[in-house]
Amino acid sequence: MHKRLVLDQQQISIVLKRFCHQLMENHDDFENTVLLGLQPRGIVVLEQLVALLKEIAQIDVPYGYLDATFHRDDFRRRDFPLKANETKIDFLIEGKKVILIDDVLYKGRSVRAALDAMIAFGRPAKVELMVLVDRKYTRDYPIMPDYCGIKVNTLESQYVSVEWREKGFEQDAIWITEKA
Amino acid sequence: MSQLSTRHLLGIKNITAADIELIFQTADNFKEVLNRPIKKVPSLRDITIANIFFENSTRTRLSFELAEKRLSADVINFSSSNSSVKKGETLIDTVNNILSMKVDMVVMRHASVGAPHFLSKHIQANIVNAGDGTHEHPTQALLDAFSIREKLGDVAGKKIAIIGDILHSRVALSNIFCLQKLGAEVMVCGPITLIPKHIESLGVKVEQDVMKALRWCDVANVLRIQLERQQIKYFPSLREYSLYFGINKRMLESLDKEIVVMHPGPINRGVELSSDAADSGQSIILQQVENGVAIRMAVLYLLAGGK
Repeated sequence: MHKRLVLDQQQISIVLKRFCHQLMENHDDFENTVLLGLQPRGIVVLEQLVALLKEIAQIDVPYGYLDATFHRDDFRRRDFPLKANETKIDFLIEGKKVILIDDVLYKGRSVRAALDAMIAFGRPAKVELMVLVDRKYTRDYPIMPDYCGIKVNTLESQYVSVEWREKGFEQDAIWITEKA
Repeated sequence: MSQLSTRHLLGIKNITAADIELIFQTADNFKEVLNRPIKKVPSLRDITIANIFFENSTRTRLSFELAEKRLSADVINFSSSNSSVKKGETLIDTVNNILSMKVDMVVMRHASVGAPHFLSKHIQANIVNAGDGTHEHPTQALLDAFSIREKLGDVAGKKIAIIGDILHSRVALSNIFCLQKLGAEVMVCGPITLIPKHIESLGVKVEQDVMKALRWCDVANVLRIQLERQQIKYFPSLREYSLYFGINKRMLESLDKEIVVMHPGPINRGVELSSDAADSGQSIILQQVENGVAIRMAVLYLLAGGK
């Protein structure tokens, strides 16, 4: 199967550190900021970012996991329902600056569903979107990231796979792969 | 796996352990939804569900209706007491009339055993059995097992005694199927007249001494005496039943372990369960009711999502 490397381990590490510094620039002491990782794949990015923020700036930011399965717009349009993942948000987001975190931004439908799901926890003051990879020219909804690791040109016949060492892969890496 | 092996929930007998596990995992997610400030998700917003109750119900009907509304479904309610059934309409005609109004799912309770199975052969909509006579009440069994799993961590390997009117109880039969599929040991206990003949063939233990049953079990699921289904006298009096089979706090405290007390409701306080036992810390009766909404949301979501 043909696949092309987009970011290797070192480049991913640089991107995550850049994200930390961008967040520190925009959110001062993070007093009113919370991080929400989108289930399932945004969680790894979130956890890496939380650890880095602590390491670089000794900052503990409240964070949670958001699952948008029950808010998706393709229910009954698939052959079978998607299996939900855990939502774990131990705080209200009322009046908070929320940073939604995912690995790949493609059609924008998951983010739309996540924005809908998030509202159940309050009315945020502001919402920003952070993604490792932005697949250009593929959006179905007017959704753009505020923080982006890399923008890539892809075809419908391709998908972007994000591999993490903690998920059993040899190296952290992001690939563009032809669908089987 | 994220799909049930069936497009109707007619009974526990014809679903698999994997189906039950999928329903539990989905109910875990819905339980979290029910604890949010906004307890509603839009999953079933283009789905219409008819709650068709040919028999009385309070909590099951409210629980289904709440589950449907939490999932954003449109809901219509029907009860036989104020319907054309009284004018002689057949079951299929009644349901087909409702379905011609573009209803996608039917939740039905009926006094006749097998009514939802019969209906499933004649209509396209997904059917959820909310109780058919003395046969099955699948969502009650699911919420009972889910509550045991929540309280004790697992159902497998646990000993569950179902105590009371087994003969007339659809909850008992569905519970036996469900608990056994999940790997629990089941005992039934009650007056010999209220234990169905040959029930041992289902692989359950039978006991007539309620104290022996309580000493054996980890969980006592206490059932109501269903006087409305009893055409003849099965025991001399409620007072005598209560003396021999009623459970009270003193009996629970005399055990050398703390067992869990359950009841599907409605409770006849002072008959099968005393108030001090029903309201004790060992009772999870209100948690059962709370879990009922999450379980029914999971069942409706999974059935509606399949093609």
